Amino acid sequence: MSGQAGKHIVVKMRGVTTHMGGRRIHDKIDLDIVEGEIFALVGGSGTGKTTLMHEMIMLRKPDAGAIQLLGKDLARITRAERQVLRKQFGVLFQHGALFSSLTVLENVGFPLREHTLLDNELIDSVARVKIMQAGLPADAAFRYPRELSGGMIKRAALARAMALDPKILFLDEPTSGLDPHSASAFDDLVLRMKQWFGLTVVMVTHDLDTLWQAADRVAVLGESRLLGMGDMDSLSRESHPLISQFFEGPRARHRHTS
Amino acid sequence: MVRHESNGTPALIQLDSQNRLFCRGRWTADAVAGLASPQSLLRLFPDNSVTLDASGIDALDTAGACQLKRIESDLLTAGYEVGITGLQDRYRILLDEIESHPLENVAGPLPTPGMLEAAGRWFVAGRDEMERFVAFFAEVMLRLFWFAGHPWRIRWSEAWGNVYAAGCNAIVIVGLLSFLMGVVIAYQGVAQLRIYGASIYVADLVGLSLLRELAPLLTAIIIAGRTGSAYAAQIGTMQVTEEISALRTIGVSPLDLLVVPKMLALLLVLPLLAVFADILGVLGGMVMARIQLNIGFAAFLDRIAESVSLRSFLIGVCKAPVFAGIIAIVGCYQGFQVSGGAESVGQRTTVAVVHAIFLVIVADALFSVVFSALGI
Repeated sequence: MSGQAGKHIVVKMRGVTTHMGGRRIHDKIDLDIVEGEIFALVGGSGTGKTTLMHEMIMLRKPDAGAIQLLGKDLARITRAERQVLRKQFGVLFQHGALFSSLTVLENVGFPLREHTLLDNELIDSVARVKIMQAGLPADAAFRYPRELSGGMIKRAALARAMALDPKILFLDEPTSGLDPHSASAFDDLVLRMKQWFGLTVVMVTHDLDTLWQAADRVAVLGESRLLGMGDMDSLSRESHPLISQFFEGPRARHRHTS
Repeated sequence: MVRHESNGTPALIQLDSQNRLFCRGRWTADAVAGLASPQSLLRLFPDNSVTLDASGIDALDTAGACQLKRIESDLLTAGYEVGITGLQDRYRILLDEIESHPLENVAGPLPTPGMLEAAGRWFVAGRDEMERFVAFFAEVMLRLFWFAGHPWRIRWSEAWGNVYAAGCNAIVIVGLLSFLMGVVIAYQGVAQLRIYGASIYVADLVGLSLLRELAPLLTAIIIAGRTGSAYAAQIGTMQVTEEISALRTIGVSPLDLLVVPKMLALLLVLPLLAVFADILGVLGGMVMARIQLNIGFAAFLDRIAESVSLRSFLIGVCKAPVFAGIIAIVGCYQGFQVSGGAESVGQRTTVAVVHAIFLVIVADALFSVVFSALGI
């Protein structure tokens, strides 16, 4: 799938195998994610989408196989290299994972405070730019996570994930728990972020609207392997029962023409 | 596109030959930190307009762009006219992007209140807390009375689980600590009693102080730390994950499922543990008396039987259920007071232990006052 010639491959998986609770959830998965694309992982519950993503962001090691992130083999890099890599991607967790003891401003400034020598004034102004870019009202900066709605938590978490201007943005179910309007606004936001910063976006999602609206390429996980990969148009014409089941259920009746 | 080139010079501002401020190097989060505002360079300027030549910037990210904007605004406030020139198009987008989100001036967090206001807030918060606690206490009591009439409705399996967790698992620590307490009392007692040639009275000292006061108190403090905190943390976490709300909507009273069984379990367990602590404490004293004074076990026990009345023992044991009630109620109450996230669970758990121990000691003091007034 390295059709886009001349583009860098930012995530490269070869033969990735994972066992969980005695069950093989990934069986020799090969996967390439190309710089600048929005790549979506889909699949039914329990097919290991999030686990696959956790392996990309070094939260979990695969039982077999190799993963390269930004050209570095995750199995054989030093602690220091790992730290360098971690500054180059941002992660939006499903429930935001904002630190509850910090305000939104402090949450967004946290990676900058940890990883740079910038002075507090500059950190705050970068954080506030990120908060604005994420579409939060300015007065949200001084609120604590518990005082935010679900949509605002996602936006604040996105701002934190973007704090260090990462090259790759990982999104775990970015639109789950959002109303359709907020979800669509969030998709727009991710698309805009991608345009501004030339980001590569990797997301795990169930949201068909997000897939049609935002994803350049989609991979369908099932039966421990990749059942199919491609853009939404071609995937929605696939005949594999698990794929068509995913794209042609009653919820997929609104056909998009993007 | 924003890229951090990993090599290249850090951000720098220089005065160039055409009297412009020339910006060069990598203006990225890891490289703009040391950059100072160029006020000092500006003394050399004859006129009031400054040009920031950004054509030498190799890389720019949000932090770098913010730094550039800050320098611009510093110069503007210093009374200069400022222009930014030569910025590469791809970076211009980023700067425009930041300009399009002007940093609105919003009110910061509320200023810290003055002493009077703080005292007032503290008082009002304390009063509200007291009110909620009394309400909770009353609610639990009402449920207990109701269950007294409907004992078959009590969730016995929950209660037994709690008996095991709060009782059986605490035996070792309670036994060990009361044994050591007995050792300490005997050791200190002997040192004093020897002076008067009254060493045998060490048995009176160990027996009375442990059975009547220290064993129940020590047990209650251990259980407050061990089980009271567990109750607060469990209920608090369930509150955070909305499990409490789920119970309510399913129609199961959290009081019935969580509080009453814990309460009953502790009411049963704490007196038993207190008796166990009595035994181990006396054993500790006995061992010490034998080692130090060569008083045999039989002589020691004889002396205890003579000096420690059944009433003293019962007084000690009777306090235990009261302590148990305090620990269970305070722990559960603090659990229900959790709101928000992980931090609140930690806070409330701490408060549960501190308050439980405090109230246990207060109750113990009240017992002493009452008993002495009654002449017991």
